[in-house]
Amino acid sequence: MDVVELSRLQFALTALYHFLFVPLTLGLSVLLAIMESVYVMTGLRVWRDITIFWGILFGINFAMGVATGITMEFQFGTNWSYYSQYVGDVFGAPLAIEGLMAFFLEATFIGLFFFGWDRLSKPGHLAVTWCVALGSNFSALWILVANAWMQNPVGSHFNPDTIRMEVTDFMAVLFNPVAQSKFVHTVAAGYVTGAVFVLAIGAWYLLQGRHRAFARRSMTVAASFGLASALSVVVLGDESGYNTTENQKVKLAAMEGLWRSEPPPAAFTIFGIPDPERRETRFAIQAPWMLGLIATRSLTTVIPGIFELVDDAKARIGHGMEGYAAMRSLGAAEPTAAVRRTIEERQGDLGYALLLRRYTDDPTKATPEQIERAAWDTVPNVPVIFWSFRVMVALGFYFIALFAVMFYVSSRRAFEQRRWLLRLSFWSLPLPWIAAELGWIVAEYGRQPWIIEGVLPTFLAASPIPAGNVWLSLAGFFIFYLALLVVDIFLLVKYVRLGPAESWEIPDLATRQAPPGGVALEEVAPGIAPSAPES
Amino acid sequence: MHVPLDYDTLRVVWWALLGALLVGFAVFDGFDLGTAILLPFLGRTDRERRILINSIGPVWEGNQVWFILGGGASFAAWPPVYAASFSGFYVAMFVTLVALILRPVAFKFRGKVDSSLWRSIWDWALFFGGLAPAVIFGVAFGNLLQGVPFRFDHDLRVVYTGTFFQLLNPFALLCGLVSVSMLIMHGAAYVRTKTLEPIAGRARAAGILASLLTLALFAVGGYYAYLTLDGYAVSSQIAANAPSNPLRKTVEVATGAWMRNYDRYPWSLAAPILGLVGALLTAAMFAFRREKAAFVTSAAAVVGIVATPGLAMFPFIMPSSSEPNASLTAWDASSSHLTLFVMLIAVVIFLPIVLAYTAWVYRVLRGKVPSHIFEPGGHAY
Ligand code: HDD
Ligand code: HEM
Ligand code: HEM
Repeated sequence: MDVVELSRLQFALTALYHFLFVPLTLGLSVLLAIMESVYVMTGLRVWRDITIFWGILFGINFAMGVATGITMEFQFGTNWSYYSQYVGDVFGAPLAIEGLMAFFLEATFIGLFFFGWDRLSKPGHLAVTWCVALGSNFSALWILVANAWMQNPVGSHFNPDTIRMEVTDFMAVLFNPVAQSKFVHTVAAGYVTGAVFVLAIGAWYLLQGRHRAFARRSMTVAASFGLASALSVVVLGDESGYNTTENQKVKLAAMEGLWRSEPPPAAFTIFGIPDPERRETRFAIQAPWMLGLIATRSLTTVIPGIFELVDDAKARIGHGMEGYAAMRSLGAAEPTAAVRRTIEERQGDLGYALLLRRYTDDPTKATPEQIERAAWDTVPNVPVIFWSFRVMVALGFYFIALFAVMFYVSSRRAFEQRRWLLRLSFWSLPLPWIAAELGWIVAEYGRQPWIIEGVLPTFLAASPIPAGNVWLSLAGFFIFYLALLVVDIFLLVKYVRLGPAESWEIPDLATRQAPPGGVALEEVAPGIAPSAPES
Repeated sequence: MHVPLDYDTLRVVWWALLGALLVGFAVFDGFDLGTAILLPFLGRTDRERRILINSIGPVWEGNQVWFILGGGASFAAWPPVYAASFSGFYVAMFVTLVALILRPVAFKFRGKVDSSLWRSIWDWALFFGGLAPAVIFGVAFGNLLQGVPFRFDHDLRVVYTGTFFQLLNPFALLCGLVSVSMLIMHGAAYVRTKTLEPIAGRARAAGILASLLTLALFAVGGYYAYLTLDGYAVSSQIAANAPSNPLRKTVEVATGAWMRNYDRYPWSLAAPILGLVGALLTAAMFAFRREKAAFVTSAAAVVGIVATPGLAMFPFIMPSSSEPNASLTAWDASSSHLTLFVMLIAVVIFLPIVLAYTAWVYRVLRGKVPSHIFEPGGHAY
């Protein structure tokens, strides 16, 4: 494998790994804040026990979120140095603001969340918990503004003096429509994850007949919060799809396995086997009109198919080549007015000329055959995108059903009469993670070959470093992260098994050795015996 | 959009802000790293090590954000610097990352299993997590002062042309030692204010030793640099308002060039003096048992020592040893005028807020780590 492939693999693995912890942090932080609010409002001790217990699991997960996030932040520089140089002017800003506005907030208050129970008043501690939740959500906002710009690079232009992209309109970057739909969809996905987590573990306790009062209350919060979140995920997922229609037509076509446009409104393919060799989708089972309605919200707009889009790409490569020729004529010299004008006119397609760099060092002399290949390169891996998307959507509807039923059952206070529902809830535990990872695969793998849609191809963006270096870091991260994952899961399972009361009674934790992460009850709530188990 | 500040002013402001972030990182996270390095030496029993960990437990996470923000801010304000340094120092960055990844998990996981082997593994993880970044950041500064081998191709793609082992030259290693002893001094000063005997006494001894060592090493490093190190100087006309293209100037290598700023801006001598005097005073304050004062002077020494190379190199940020003309300077390696301005607004709004709540958190947590946390009904920190 070459440097580009290795760097992609490393980025994909570390990002997907980071996103194992992120959604749970997003969801649990808000759930903790809600649970503690109930405690402060009602004054019932069980609610504090609930907050403390879920807080322990939150802490274990949060540590992993931070540990894996640091890698992400620095990977742009280590592995994607040309990317950093080429778009840092635009892309760096949201990342830096994320640090200023979000990371400081969550990281500064997380310490007080654990160490502050006996140093702060009840409302004071509640405020701290809300700050942690707010920080995590702000962090999602800014990173998704950055990521949305990669999908839809608004508010910027190419500057021939500095040979890079620069900001022209910061507000456009901030209020990028893709950023908005991405933010709500992703954050809601995080809330669903948190809710399923609480629901599943609560269900497990009820199945075991342990901690029943605790579990029922936790599940009630999870079911109502989860239902609202699951509905938002689906509604806002539709919004994501709508935005994709507007700016990433190839990605949409890949999601739908739509090789050639159909007379509007297009049918939605429920099932099918996209075949990239033959460039068609076989065995398709279709629901008439649906795609047209979902994707364009109209009955008359044509959705272009992959073949049409490849023809478009060919034309844009041609335009881009003219701009690129103007660029190359310069060397390091300052551009003349005429050259500036050509580049200005062609800058929307400059990125398409760069696609040719895979086949020739000098895109201005590309052959028609090379142009054809470069145009087909704009099509991502259709089967992977097609199926990832379907599984995510199916899970989205499943979550709505699950939470709706659990919400109904919880309002009837009848969790324990329906053991099969408890079992179903427990076994749903991994599903939100599967949906979220597949969502990122649709969004990111579906963007290929671009690292910045239409602006910079991925293969040009990697650092020109020896492949051996990347092998070293990839192997290192892999082994190291795998070990940490084992430890992480071991600890989560251990604390879930101990359960809310027992985890505070381990003599070692409660008396001799208050742990630094601050989880034992003695440490967070001195002098208070765990509440007696209720029926 | 009309930008009310000049491009060159903004560049100087952002050069100073990047420096301020590095200094903030060294002062805040520095004592965490130092405490972690001292952990196996000051904490002889599990209980003592736990007190040491609890002394930084609630605050290290916020402190580490200074580093993350330093990375983010250089990405936003100095993209070519971010690209060249992180990809050039690839292997060193990877080791740093491993160290920084170990820290959050070690803090949170250590107390969660009742086994002395388990805890000792995480203690050593914390030690490594403190030592490795301390060495690497010092070595990185040492290399910046000597120039780093890189060039740009016609697309302005930065290519690093050296090897990893080249980074480990004698001067850079000396800088690594300065950095380690400085952070040990700072960590000891922090531990001294946060703990009771017997840990506090050991911290005092370690602190005196480390501050004297810092003083000596920093002085030797400066003298060595003065005698042998070549500096860099821009030899073409400087256009401080020009677009950020690092290939449009010429640079010469000149012996003693790093000392010229002391003639040009005599006030910049304040940095090395602060470093030397601060370290000396820290030793004295330790000796006189003035624990709070020792922390203040040690923080001052850290500020001085970190600021010294930055000021000496101005306007250079990352000189290229293999192709001096490609060096990155404050005038040609920044973001666009607009980005610098927008980012400045963000800093002006958010940094005071961050400092305010950080101060509040430290206030809530003030006082010594109580030793009765281990009694039933006691509470950790
Ligand atoms: C939708 C949410 C989301 C996404 C897409 C990402 N992150 Fe993240 N990140 C978070 C949401 C988050 C969080 C919820 O705020 C975390 C996770 C757990 C945590 O502790 O904070 C976090 C932690 C975290 C940290 C540690 C912060 C600290 O010390 O508190 C860094 C440096 C990053 N992330 C950087 C990144 C980068 C560079 C990403 C993209 C490539 C990225 N994250 C994707
Ligand atoms: C944590 C959530 C994320 C996940 C799970 C994720 C997933 C992925 C995956 C699977 C790839 C590989 C695609 C491929 O190379 O075939 C990728 C690539 C990439 N993503 Fe993301 N991504 C996430 C967030 C982000 C964000 C927020 C950004 C930017 C702010 C980003 C920037 C990139 C970049 C720069 C690449 C480069 C490599 C490439 O395109 O091949 N990612 N990501
Ligand atoms: C009916 C249900 C759903 C629909 C219609 C839907 C739609 C979409 C679409 C179109 C994208 C791609 C956006 C892009 O190309 O940039 C996406 C991405 C994503 N989805 Fe979904 N989704 C659904 C359910 C879910 C569920 C249940 C989860 C997780 C619990 C989830 C998590 C994600 C994530 C994390 C991403 C990547 C971030 C982003 O691009 O917004 N989705 N979704």
